[in-house]
Amino acid sequence: MEKKTPLYERHVACGGKIVPFAGYLLPVQYEDISKEHMAVRQNAGLFDVSHMGEVMFSGPDALASLNYLFTNDFTSMTDGRVRYSPLCNENGGIVDDMILYRFTQNHYMAVPNAANRQKAVDFITAHISGDVKVEDVSDSFAQLALQGPKSRNIMQKLAGAESVPEKYYTFVKNAQVAGVDCIVSRTGYTGEIGYELYCQPGDAESLWDALLEAGQDDGLIPCGLGARDTLRLEAAMPLYGHEMNDEISPLETALHFAVKMTKPDFVGKSAIEARGEPKIARVGLRVTGRGIVREDCPVYIDGEKIGMTTSGTFLPYLNGAYAMALVAITHTTPGTIVEADVRGRRVTAEIVPLPFYQCNY
Amino acid sequence: MNNPTNLLYSKSHEWVDFTSETTARIGLTDFAQNALGGIVFINLPEIGDTLEAGQSFGEVESVKAVSDIIAPISGTVETINEELLDSPERINEDANNAWLIEVSDIAEREELLDAAAYDSFCLENLNQ
Repeated sequence: MEKKTPLYERHVACGGKIVPFAGYLLPVQYEDISKEHMAVRQNAGLFDVSHMGEVMFSGPDALASLNYLFTNDFTSMTDGRVRYSPLCNENGGIVDDMILYRFTQNHYMAVPNAANRQKAVDFITAHISGDVKVEDVSDSFAQLALQGPKSRNIMQKLAGAESVPEKYYTFVKNAQVAGVDCIVSRTGYTGEIGYELYCQPGDAESLWDALLEAGQDDGLIPCGLGARDTLRLEAAMPLYGHEMNDEISPLETALHFAVKMTKPDFVGKSAIEARGEPKIARVGLRVTGRGIVREDCPVYIDGEKIGMTTSGTFLPYLNGAYAMALVAITHTTPGTIVEADVRGRRVTAEIVPLPFYQCNY
Repeated sequence: MNNPTNLLYSKSHEWVDFTSETTARIGLTDFAQNALGGIVFINLPEIGDTLEAGQSFGEVESVKAVSDIIAPISGTVETINEELLDSPERINEDANNAWLIEVSDIAEREELLDAAAYDSFCLENLNQ
């Protein structure tokens, strides 16, 4: 039985097409995915992302625990900063990817993917040690994402300067937006400047209403999961279950920036080392033939299979079909012409550098 | 729902406009284009291809998904609406006039509904 987020009634009232997703009922779109996608690129879009998880780490060993659990190094973080990291298993594969917020040296919040929340919490609890408490507080939070070039303007109508984080990947812990207490970070999953707001479930509707009203003149519209996916794909942001899973190592899927092999140890480090130089890499494909190449399409060069696509769709801003793929490192040069097998039909594509879209955050 | 009375409708949401006993134009219904959302790609058969009633003869894609187009009748493909290959969004704009193919040698038909029966069928199936 799927759960409703605190904003369910708003989605229904806005004409959202409700679908089950990661155990929740959420809108895949309101009017049209392309229209919502373009709104975020040109004006602003508002997303309900309450399905995401929130997990608190607190105690004197919090930092040491996080550095042991995750692949990234959190030592240099200061209060009010956010950092991205994969979480690996003992085989070097990825359990989930998250962003982590540092409140204080002894207090952090991780944001796991909705679909992986229980798996990630179980994994963390099994591997953690020392004086640190792990608490899944996902049900105490609603989360909204306001994304797009007009997003700062909209925030400034509803919040004082001290409540609006300035720099990318920073946050304000005790922000007030439209009178609602919330955590506000300059983060997002769209490739545009934007904010993610965490509030109490009981405040979600009034925050949603206030944002939509304040953003009306800026062209702000509600956006669903469909646009969330096309936007992140256009910005070449990976999605768990596609570009990452529990068999793929972060070094094989363009996440080496978040893996610090110089740390003395972390879960999966020795397995990643044992794999040696990655034999596969993540590339972008621009479809040049007729058709849309989606996920799980075999990719060929001269009849030889070199890999599989992991995600793909028609991208509204770039106005074409694009895909990401994991292919043999011997065939990753931009300009290389390949063929993707789309339901038995070969469609030509060209390897292009990532990201497809020049991000503005 | 916009279902002109001069057309017949299949349960897989194609319309058929019989121009004679054995020739017809085929398109996607207004219900179909609305359910699909913005159409960004369409794959049509070649002229001369044989259609089998109840079998897929093409595909239509929105941003989110691919759907088969099912032949409501059997026959031979006479013409295809080439304009749709470059501008598939015309189907969203005017589904009842954006014909996909013209077919001849029609022998078999799937169950076809008149406009009123199709209206009822769509209402019953709003969750599809």
